[in-house]
Amino acid sequence: MTNKTVLHAKHLEAGAKMVDFFGWDMPINYGSQIEEHHAVRRDAGMFDVSHMTIVDVKGPQAQAYLRYLLANDVAKLQDKGKALYSGMLNEAGGVVDDLIVYFFDDTNYRLVVNSATKQKDLDWLAAKAEGFTVTITERDEFAMIAVQGPNAKAKAGQLFSAAQNEAVAGMKPFYGVQAEDLFIATTGYTGEAGYEIMVPNDQAADFWQALLDLGVAPCGLGARDTLRLEAGMNLYGQDMDETISPLEANMGWTITWEPTDRDFVGRDILTAQKAAGTDKLVGLVMREKGVLRAGQKVTVAGGEGIITSGTFSPTLGHSVALARVASSVTDHAEVEMRKKWVTVDVVKPSFVRNGKSVL
Amino acid sequence: MSNIPAELRYAASHEWVRPEGNGVYTVGITEHAQELLGDMVFLDLPDEGDQIAMGDDVAVAESVKAASDVYAPITGEVIEVNEDLEDSPELVNSDPYGDGWLFKVKADDISEVESLLDADGYAESIEDE
Repeated sequence: MTNKTVLHAKHLEAGAKMVDFFGWDMPINYGSQIEEHHAVRRDAGMFDVSHMTIVDVKGPQAQAYLRYLLANDVAKLQDKGKALYSGMLNEAGGVVDDLIVYFFDDTNYRLVVNSATKQKDLDWLAAKAEGFTVTITERDEFAMIAVQGPNAKAKAGQLFSAAQNEAVAGMKPFYGVQAEDLFIATTGYTGEAGYEIMVPNDQAADFWQALLDLGVAPCGLGARDTLRLEAGMNLYGQDMDETISPLEANMGWTITWEPTDRDFVGRDILTAQKAAGTDKLVGLVMREKGVLRAGQKVTVAGGEGIITSGTFSPTLGHSVALARVASSVTDHAEVEMRKKWVTVDVVKPSFVRNGKSVL
Repeated sequence: MSNIPAELRYAASHEWVRPEGNGVYTVGITEHAQELLGDMVFLDLPDEGDQIAMGDDVAVAESVKAASDVYAPITGEVIEVNEDLEDSPELVNSDPYGDGWLFKVKADDISEVESLLDADGYAESIEDE
């Protein structure tokens, strides 16, 4: 049984090439994924991310539950609407999923989790809720559209009501606000400014069409992948999974160690891993011809590793990758490509921000 | 259904061949092949003067999605390569039978071309995939 988002017909109408994405029939591109990529870096593009799962967590112990469930600490959230990125870990310290949590008050939060892991996540959320007074509710009555790029906010703003524009005026990155029918968040997965907008299912197609009419380019999963990789953002299932510690996935910054008496799932093993040292996720840059690909072997000073995500970077004009390697890594690595070893540069895992190279 | 010009000959591995006269043939990859590969980012072409034999892997078409070998559809000497692809690999996507050609071969044995698929044969071969 293939799932379809409420925007499925709009994708077909636009001539999208559709692919199966973990049980969802989704657009991979609408012609050229490189042109879609450039649209987001230079102007404005949009993605149907309705396949992602929205879950509301409410109740007197909502904060206590999330402080136990997540490696990042929701107690840091003080401003209404502020969002936090976190891993949800298992007892072995592996990543069950990565997610965004929005704070409304100590009894009211909203999570956005991945689609590929939907049932696993819902089961996990329910299992860990035992002993906490919380209600966990999936909100599948919303579609979600990400509008991203330097002109994304201005274009989306043309579709907002006066009250909605007032609600988002001056909103900093990583906040969300419910404004009339829309939940509008300054989040994304591209390294550009923009919004992720939750829109009631029955309004989604009209909203999408109105964005199209404003010249916002529809973008598929192909461009989504090259954009997030240039921005150095992990893809669940590729750069980390249940067998990978956040310390090995450039997610160390998402673990809140203080206060030390906060118990969260996976804490003990993470503490031990941190003391012992782990592999790390780095960025690779290859300026010559060719494209680094996931699964290629890497040799570094004092050890080895593997590419977890690799692509051609349309913004930079050459290939970049994320690789998990021994922590003894220096500023060069060797990658085995098509039976020969190629020397590449090792950098922090971030390549492009706001349309510009950060190399 | 992708475009398969009737006047060309084809290898099942998705190369096309066009006669230019005097035993010279232009080689490219088909519209179907570029659709499978997606946006092209690099073409690694043979050098002028290379001797190539039918079935050899002589070029690499690298797209956002994958690196794919291109096989010599006929035997002969490479006499020209499409240097425009160095800066504009997307020509292979936008005009696979025209400006997106890869290289030209002076055939050793023009009867080899007769052993290639015609448009109907190639259409059948991709339907079976």
